[in-house]
Parts: sequence; C-alpha cells; structure tokens
Amino acid sequence: MDQTVAASGAPGSFADPGALGSGAAAAPGPPAKLTVPGVLRWLRRMAGIVPFGAYVTLGLLLPMVAVAVGAFQSNSGGFTLGNVRAATHGVYLHGFEQTIILSVITSILPGIFGLLIAYSIFTAKRGTILRQVAVTASGVFANFGGVPLAFLFIATLGSSGLATQWLTDLGFNPYNHGFSLYSLAGVIVVYMYFQIPLMVLVILPALEGLRPAWREAAQNLGARTWDYWRFVGGPVLLPSFLGCVLLLFGSGLSAYATAEALTTGTIPITAIQIGSFLNGNVIAGQENIGKALGLGMVVIIAVAMVLYVALQRRSAKWLR
Amino acid sequence: MAAIARPRGSGRRESPPIWRWVILVLAGVYFLIPLIAAFRFSGIKAFGSVVSQSGFTAALGLSARLAVITTVITIVLMLPTAVYVHLRLPRLRRLLEGITILPIVIPPVVLIVGVLQIAPGFVKSTPYLLALEYVVLAMPFAYRSIDAGLRALDLKTITEAASSLGASWTSTLLRVILPNLSTALLSATVLTVALVLGEFTMASLDLYQTFPVWIYVNSQSSGQVSVAASLLSLIVTWLVLMAITVIGTQRSRKRGGGSVTLFTVARTETAGGE
Repeated sequence: MDQTVAASGAPGSFADPGALGSGAAAAPGPPAKLTVPGVLRWLRRMAGIVPFGAYVTLGLLLPMVAVAVGAFQSNSGGFTLGNVRAATHGVYLHGFEQTIILSVITSILPGIFGLLIAYSIFTAKRGTILRQVAVTASGVFANFGGVPLAFLFIATLGSSGLATQWLTDLGFNPYNHGFSLYSLAGVIVVYMYFQIPLMVLVILPALEGLRPAWREAAQNLGARTWDYWRFVGGPVLLPSFLGCVLLLFGSGLSAYATAEALTTGTIPITAIQIGSFLNGNVIAGQENIGKALGLGMVVIIAVAMVLYVALQRRSAKWLR
Repeated sequence: MAAIARPRGSGRRESPPIWRWVILVLAGVYFLIPLIAAFRFSGIKAFGSVVSQSGFTAALGLSARLAVITTVITIVLMLPTAVYVHLRLPRLRRLLEGITILPIVIPPVVLIVGVLQIAPGFVKSTPYLLALEYVVLAMPFAYRSIDAGLRALDLKTITEAASSLGASWTSTLLRVILPNLSTALLSATVLTVALVLGEFTMASLDLYQTFPVWIYVNSQSSGQVSVAASLLSLIVTWLVLMAITVIGTQRSRKRGGGSVTLFTVARTETAGGE
C-alpha cells in the first residue's frame, strides 16, 4: 500500500535530515477553538515532552545561543562586528577554506565507496557471517574516530609505518612525493576510516527499502539493469543518498579529535582553531573570536542543508 | 490492509558479479592494514603493560562512571519521551527526529564553547558536566534505537490491553513496554557507552582526563602502550557489539522477527500494523 513511503525510507533513519525542515510544519498547533478547556487539554498533552524539551533547551539550545551572542560581543560586553571580521580574514579564513575542502572530499568519496560497499553487503544473503561482521564492523569503525584512530594510522602511514615501508620497498616512498600523514592529505585518508563505515551504516536502511519485487517487476516489463537504476532504484535512493552525504559533510566538519591527535593541533582547520581558544593557546582577550568561528561553522552547516533541500527538489524534478 | 511479509533476497537468480568481490576485498584491505600495522608496532608485550601504566585506572574509572551516568539519564529521558510521542503525539515524531539529529550536525567543539560559557560554576567544577552533555551527544543514536524498537511493536494494542487489565501508565511502561524493548534498549546502551568511552573533544577541552584523553597524554611517554590501548578499546567494543547483534537476532528469530542490526530492529509484521 504505502510502499513509496516505506521505500523513501526507513523513517527515523539518519538518511533524513530533511526532517528538520518539514518537522515544524507537522507539529500540532494549539487547538482551533481557543477555549480555556481546549488550551488546558493541549497543555496536558504536551506535558509529556516537557522533560525532554527542557533538557534539549538547557543542554543544546542555550549553549548555541550563548555562542551566537558571544560572537557579536566585545570583551567589555558591548556589540561589535570585530570578532566576525577577524574570523573571516587571514588564518581563520584559510581555516574555513581548508575545512570546507576537507569536508567536501571526505563526504563525497566515502559517500560513493560506502554506497558500493553497502550494496555489496545488502545483496549478500541475509544472515550470513559476511553481513553480520560487516554491519557490526561498520558500527564500531564509525564510532572509532579520535585518538586511537590517529595512533593506528601513525603505525601504518607514519614516516616509518608499516604501509609506508611496504610502499618504499616497492619503490614508491609517499613521503618523497609530497605526502605526509600530518597534512591535509593525510587527515583525509584517516577520515575515510570512519566516514566510509558511517555511510554504510546510514545508507543500509534506505537500501532495505528497495524491494526485490520492484526489480522483478521491472525485469518482467523488459527493463535492463540500467533502466532499473535509472527509473526505479535511482529515484528511490537519491534523496537518501544526498541526505547521507550531507550527514558525512557535517561529521567531517565537526571532527576534532582525530586531527588534533594526528597533527597535535598544527593543521589549520576551524575545529582545531576553536579548540586552541579553549586550550588557552591564544592571546588573552580574543576568546570571542572562537565563538565567531563556531558561529561560522554552524552557518556552513546551515548553508549545506539549504543546498541539500534545493538539490533534492531539483533531483525530484529531474527524475520524474 | 495487512502488510505482507516478503521473503527478501531469496528470489535472486544471478550469481554475485565480480565487482562485488573487488569492492569488498579493497575495503577489507583498507580496514585491516592499519590494524595489522598497529599490532606489529605495539608488540604483544605492550598489551600486558597497558594496565600497569600510571593513570590508567583513574582514567578508565572516570570514563566508566561517566558512561553509567550518561546511559541512565539517556534511557530515563528518552524512553518515556519516545513512548509518549509514539502513543499520544504521533504527529510530533518527525519533529523529534529532527531535534535528535541536531547533535550530529552541531560540532561538539562549538557546543562545548557554549556550555562552558553558560554552565554555573558548581557544575563546571565537576567532570559530571561531561555526562550531562554526553546525553545530548548520545541522543541521535539512543533515540533511533528506541524508535526502531517501538516501530517493531504494536504499541497501541499492547498499551490498550495493559490498561484494560487495569495497569497504570508507570506499570505499563515498566512491565509491558520495557521487556518488549530489551533489544532496542541494549543497542541504545551499547552505542551510548561506546560514545562515552571514545569521546575526546569535550573531555580534553573541559580539561578532564578520561580514557581517550589519557591515551593521548600517555602517548608522549610510551607510544607502543598507547597504540596497544587503542587496539584494545577497538577490539572490546567490537566484541560487545557482535555479541549483541548475534544474541538479539537469535531472540528475535525465536519470536518470529527478523535479524537485528544496530539501528534497525526488523519489524515483525503484524496485521493492521501502522
């Protein structure tokens, strides 16, 4: 019956950041008739989500408001645009550029690889060892950012790492060709290690929405593999795929621990720069620039989400 | 209309194409080589000396305490909210999904800046501020696990049955819904614990030495031990997650359900469901 709903999928999956935009519209407003008992009944129904609402407000919304307000505050507390101006010039502008390059590469490449891997796992028979190992491995690796990951890669691709030695034995020492684990290129390689499994994890529910019956129906109607993907599989998957890539973008943008542990904070990306304000590595009296940088990151995410919604509308039109 | 259970993946005629194996082998190589390299770098001996390093017990103890507190608050907060929204305010579900995904898109490094700004002094001076914020970070995973579990149940029927037998709201929640959600809650717990044990950003910026921060700080004195500790933390999490999916799937099969993965508890198709 409502197969399309099931397919576009897995409501509640990560593949659906669009929920943010459409969610507010779906919220039940106050009752149509503004009578006192009506309002009271509405308030009673809402009471059940008050603890959650209060927690989110205190733990998430208020801190974010504090960051936004602080970005426009001078040290004496007055209004200023100085922090924002500083955050969009010089090293900090460079930081934003590097961060965006890093996030775009580490969302699109793992997005594609992750989809292919997920599809390989998905088409393997249910309940096989391969599937269970792959899914749990994805769960572990996706959460395996940070310090331990950095150490794993120092042992692998550091200047005396195992893979580096193998490559040198083969006559190709990556360190002689401009590669360094402690540069942006190195950080990209390392980020793949948790971004690809994250993609596998979040795209699988969407793949589960592709019913074998559709493929069979398409084949019975004479569709070749390409036709199936162009007119059935692709259109069903594309919105979820874009949503997942957006999620990876956000994850790459906010990753801090891995880059910090790998480069001991020397790489010029925004998350590291914000951290250095809290570490006290910056001249006193400039703390609010850190908040302006934080605001900048939130703005980047917001822009990415707007792009996502626009792209999704476009693709809906194109695929029709 | 009853949803019809479909046998999936059984009607496939073609044999698996080559490209699938190429992709899986490439992925295997990329994910295994760092593990092998780390193992060779640290050596067997380093594993034994992880435990005897100074600060190990204190750091692991702090992380464990934070994990327990975070998990308890997360379940107590998210379970009733999710059940309530499913039953009474189904139209708010998408909004709740939207809100609970926010902690994934908001960088923790930005969040901790704001938190340290507004938190009152007596909270800021304890490490347990971290637990309060980890609840926020765990929301996306916890909510999705619980939500998947709830969708696999015919919640309306079982709560109506419970209340017609005279059960109160609390006893319905604790004695009817909770046992039916054990797999979902287990996976929410594991994901939360894994998150807390691995979280570095907030802990290091709040200047508390949790387990990951300790690994980082300790690496300056002993690189081998740090690599060994990293490997250990990975292997332990993996074993626990493996155990949960295997046990969860077995239990769900017994009741006629599908296989259990971390986020999706395959729904047992019930007549008239949804």
